[in-house]
Amino acid sequence: MDKFSGMKYLKKNDAVLLGFAIVLFALLQGLISGKVLSSFWQLNVLIIGINIIMAVSLNLINGYTGQFSLGHAGFMAVGAYVGVVLTTNFHAPFVVALLAGGLSAAFLGFLIGIPTLRLNGDYLAIATLGLGEIIRIVIMNIEYVGGAAGFKGIPHHTNFAWVFWLTVIALFFIKNFVNSTHGRACLAIRENEIAAESMGINTTKYKVLAFAIGAGFAGIAGGLFAHCFYLISPNSFTFMASFNYLIMVVMGGMGSITGSIAGAFVVTFLSAALASWPEFRMIIYALALIFLMFYRPQGLFGYMEITSMRPLNRIFGRPGEKKEGGRTDG
Amino acid sequence: MAEAKKESKVLLEAKDVSEVFGGLKAVSDFNFYINKGELVGLIGPNGAGKTTAFNLFTGVYQPTTGEITFGGKSIVGLKPYQITQRGVARTFQNIRLFSELTVLDNVKIAFHDHVKYGVLEAVLRVGRYYKEEERIEQEALKLLDIFHLKDKAGELAKNLPYGAQRRLEIARALAAGPKLLLLDEPAAGMNPQETQELMEMIRWIRKKFGLTVLLIEHDMNLVMGICERIYVLEYGMVIASGTPEEVQKDPEVIRAYLGGEG
Repeated sequence: MDKFSGMKYLKKNDAVLLGFAIVLFALLQGLISGKVLSSFWQLNVLIIGINIIMAVSLNLINGYTGQFSLGHAGFMAVGAYVGVVLTTNFHAPFVVALLAGGLSAAFLGFLIGIPTLRLNGDYLAIATLGLGEIIRIVIMNIEYVGGAAGFKGIPHHTNFAWVFWLTVIALFFIKNFVNSTHGRACLAIRENEIAAESMGINTTKYKVLAFAIGAGFAGIAGGLFAHCFYLISPNSFTFMASFNYLIMVVMGGMGSITGSIAGAFVVTFLSAALASWPEFRMIIYALALIFLMFYRPQGLFGYMEITSMRPLNRIFGRPGEKKEGGRTDG
Repeated sequence: MAEAKKESKVLLEAKDVSEVFGGLKAVSDFNFYINKGELVGLIGPNGAGKTTAFNLFTGVYQPTTGEITFGGKSIVGLKPYQITQRGVARTFQNIRLFSELTVLDNVKIAFHDHVKYGVLEAVLRVGRYYKEEERIEQEALKLLDIFHLKDKAGELAKNLPYGAQRRLEIARALAAGPKLLLLDEPAAGMNPQETQELMEMIRWIRKKFGLTVLLIEHDMNLVMGICERIYVLEYGMVIASGTPEEVQKDPEVIRAYLGGEG
């Protein structure tokens, strides 16, 4: 057995990923500034980023911790409404509004998590589904935020840079969390709750923590989403929206960040590309899912991450790799 | 037997413990102690209440009546993770590994309570993160080495052969840093040679880590070979206890195992 090369590969991978992000940002920003992308696709680039935050934060709850949540759009709604009230009515800076939205959603996730995370499997799914709907209906009945008609006059703060860098922050946050003893505690809960508990892990604490972090990022995504438009209404945050995020996670692979990015991209891209043929959209969408579940039930990536894929060994370091050069095949 | 027991040396003690499920008394009037550094066996026919006793010691069940102390302090009412943090680790009769994770991660998880960095340090990768990760990786590999699993560190736990899974469970339990190790049928499903190796390993880790060990086992060669004291359970009651020689001669034990009047 070769000697493990310590933790250096982690720093190397972070540097590679960050470098890739900067290149990608420059490329996309160039396409947008140069008006190569139509305004329809510019908006969809923003939505893809927002959906990546939604998918990866839901993945932390569903894929990594194994707690089946179906109310993610509810937390997004909380972040969206807290955000727009702060920017529109109180003229708060955008960053404050986003943070406040995220923290409110995380706090709500924490409060809701304590009682509901005692439930398992189907029961938890139904409870979170109900909670997501309750949040939406409560918002619908608050006159101050426009009720069912929606909240109007939102300043158009969200631009590509905000979405891109917050997506990068969310990805790094969740990647680093998952690859720590705290994230491993969540994985242990998913794998075997009784064994996790008897290894000294406070399972309730970590379930609630994962739930609150996931909800918090959903809140930030909600803030970004709301400031793309002039008007938002509770109809954007229905059960169907939650379900859509779940599809992204399942399609990409439960327990893979790379998968969540791919899932969010594919689903958002498909629905945008098929926007002109709404009658075919749902059929193609459904067929794609059925075929995926037939031939690749673990999702596109399963548990795999891009950093651990063989063809990319030359770019990314790995645990256990020999320092003097490793693979020499070409 | 009673005179051999000195208060200060007792690590785990159960006094008059009963556990009732509905109308069934799984364990009744259970009196038990284990001294620091001892290696004690718990045997008995199927359904005698051995695993129930383990579940009582580890907080999975709460006793209906009676008192359980660890290191002189009551552990009744504590959650399993709190009892583990006080120094009790266990393995399971039906293996409960984190099967979709690697062998290395299985062991790393059990270090959880001994890792000294917070959530914020982990997310920002500052402070003690890298140093601690390096440390637990090295310690986990050391443990895997002891159990001949180091070359399988990167494999998924579910892909290990059965005997290796049992060894991984013990390695994982040791990573939790216990004073008392509870082994629930560690040799189940092993062939005689594997059992022999396991026996050596238990002896060795006990010395190396200064452990107290309590094990449930059906393999009489293993039990009689390494245990210093044995408790025999039947229908939830202790019917005999003492050294392996004493227990083997006990008419009650012979009756329980062989049937008839003896």
